[in-house]
Amino acid sequence: MDFNWNRIPAEYLVTNIKLCRGGKLSRRNGFLHIQKGRVEGIGVGTPSREGVPVLDGGGLVCAPGFVDVHVHFREPGQEEKETIATGSLAAAAGGFTSVVTMPNTSPPVDSAPMVRYQLDRAAEANLCRVFPTGAISLGLEGKALTEFGDLIRAGAVGFTDDGRPVMHGKLMQFALKYAGQLGVPVTSHAEDCTLSGNGVMHAGYWSTKLGLSSIPRVAEDSMVYRDCELARATRAHLHVAHVSTKGAVDIIRRAKEDGVHVTGEVTPHHLSLDHSNCHEFSPHFKMNPPLREETDIEAVTQGLIDGVLDCVATDHAPHTGMEKELMFDQAPFGVVGLETSLAVCNTFLVKEDKLDLGTLIARMTENAADCYNLPVGRLEEGGEADFVLFDPDQEWVVAREELVSKSKNTPYAGSKLAGRVKATFLRGRLTWRDERET
Amino acid sequence: MNEFSKDLIGLEHLSREQILTILHTADAFRAVFDRPIRKVPIMRGKTVVNLFFEPSTRTRISFELAEKRLSADIVNFDAGSSSLKKGETLRDTAENIQAMKVDMIVMRHSSPGAAAYLGRILKASVINAGDGPHEHPTQGLLDIMTMRQRLGNLEGKKVTIIGDISHSRVARSNIYGLTKLGAEVTVCGPPTMVPGGIAKLGAKTELDLHKAVADADVLNILRIQLERQSQMVFPGNREYHLMYGVTSEVLRRTKDSCFVMHPGPMNRDVEISSDVADGPRSVILEQVTNGVAVRMAVIYLLSGGDPGSLGATPHGGEGR
Repeated sequence: MDFNWNRIPAEYLVTNIKLCRGGKLSRRNGFLHIQKGRVEGIGVGTPSREGVPVLDGGGLVCAPGFVDVHVHFREPGQEEKETIATGSLAAAAGGFTSVVTMPNTSPPVDSAPMVRYQLDRAAEANLCRVFPTGAISLGLEGKALTEFGDLIRAGAVGFTDDGRPVMHGKLMQFALKYAGQLGVPVTSHAEDCTLSGNGVMHAGYWSTKLGLSSIPRVAEDSMVYRDCELARATRAHLHVAHVSTKGAVDIIRRAKEDGVHVTGEVTPHHLSLDHSNCHEFSPHFKMNPPLREETDIEAVTQGLIDGVLDCVATDHAPHTGMEKELMFDQAPFGVVGLETSLAVCNTFLVKEDKLDLGTLIARMTENAADCYNLPVGRLEEGGEADFVLFDPDQEWVVAREELVSKSKNTPYAGSKLAGRVKATFLRGRLTWRDERET
Repeated sequence: MNEFSKDLIGLEHLSREQILTILHTADAFRAVFDRPIRKVPIMRGKTVVNLFFEPSTRTRISFELAEKRLSADIVNFDAGSSSLKKGETLRDTAENIQAMKVDMIVMRHSSPGAAAYLGRILKASVINAGDGPHEHPTQGLLDIMTMRQRLGNLEGKKVTIIGDISHSRVARSNIYGLTKLGAEVTVCGPPTMVPGGIAKLGAKTELDLHKAVADADVLNILRIQLERQSQMVFPGNREYHLMYGVTSEVLRRTKDSCFVMHPGPMNRDVEISSDVADGPRSVILEQVTNGVAVRMAVIYLLSGGDPGSLGATPHGGEGR
């Protein structure tokens, strides 16, 4: 029976696929049997089920839907940049079925009704699972704790003031203590503002050459160190966002060896780009933390390989074209990342023989989910049928106008990347299909 | 037509030959200054806009004089005093000005990269009159012109730049231009004002003032901005003068022929003592005169002017 893409049936088989889960890519042809949004069967071979429609996977890789634990969907307050609906679509286009949203909206997510509002918007869009985080401090002001318990009951999966660091050490200590008892992580945007100041790019040769004010590594390293020690003392779960320096990787490595409950993430851009990309003053290479140096790229890559950094997270940070038309020192920090994450990591890590595809996919699925204890990121019999089909070898050139995110601020425009998401399924239902011919 | 592109963004992108062509052209214009009528009709009918997003007195006056002596029509736009916020509408402002059909824009802006951006989006010529701490090419050129008047060929000559290198567009343009002409550049200043990575730009670092001036042929002394004190960059003017101020005492440790430059405006008795500024080793006012000539040369050449037709000496004779 033919598979009708326009009307996905309640029960179907996906055959002729290479399953990629649990850190391993199967060399043998496999299948997936979906029934009512759940995985009825999964394994090698080609089973036949009388009367069940068959989607021929054409040899594509089939993995659990990707999980991104760091996105900014801007709603409410900055809908000109992104909404939960457009962000969810961008997620689906990138092969993601679950995202963790950051609370620095306007107003910020510092109370339970804000969480419920975001979950309502996500349910309306129904393209991606959205897991909101709550703010650590009221108004992201770094002064008073939010109502962690109430926020968790509403659906918050963790706490962070992301976009801003928690400069007040005691506040961070109490946040960890309080959240630790509730079983959720506190996420650190590790930056000592008194060291980063008005810096706009990494402190090094390029900042000197371009005359741009700079952000030294120590602004990140010192805060990662402080927060790891606070996590050690409180026995709470610390998650370190967007690790960009060799020093931070080393500190997290030592903390993990000591048994401190710390997890870490790295962005595709910190795995692939260095500060020399700022040479033409393009704000599309302005992000916080900034693009660093080759030694840092090597260190975060090794961290991801070793699992010192648990997952890849995009820090998807949409900004309008007008904002990114500003001069480098005045434009906002951040780049979009959902639609290029797989391709960037695949191109710069797998194709460069630094990391095997199975491990990369684990870092984009189950290892990511575990950073926030999310019940997603695995493809197992009886589990929910969130999955993605992708071609790891298809090359494509990133074009701003082809991005479905409301914002087009990618640093990869014009880059040729390998790895294309062909279709994304959430609870067995199609959320994205690539119409482009190979 | 000539070998120049439509914009002058920085000395980083000019070749040694282009720099020499500008300097020879400037020499030809400099000669005009001693005539009773200092005006030439070269830019008649052309419009130049001086677009200053940051306050400036001498650079703007110098450009204005250069434009007037070339007979251009000029418009001054002081964004600093208007309601425009920084950068907010640079594209809009620029496109509006272009829509009024102007030939050239001279721009100062606080953001590094602003001049290059403007050059990319506009058909008009753009001259960078300072983009944040990035580059100030005409200052670099007038400094080099002044040095060459004293030293001739700069090959192997030692230039020491003293001051806040981190925040100085003058330092960067000097380093690019001087190293292309074969000079050896040393930067000197408090360690908080000398950035990492400067060696890769081609300059040596010597933080000890006495060592930095010992065998220098010229000292280029940068203006210290007092607001850096509140940014904790240095302890203040008194300490700066004590440690890095160029005084007659410091000059006694230099070669007798060593002379002193300053891009202005000076903080007297901070980075430079009054007796040095006004003394026989100072060429600071020559710099100001040369500034007008250099800017005339740049405007002329970016407008497609032929350096040969002015009787400028060809640069071919100058060996490396």
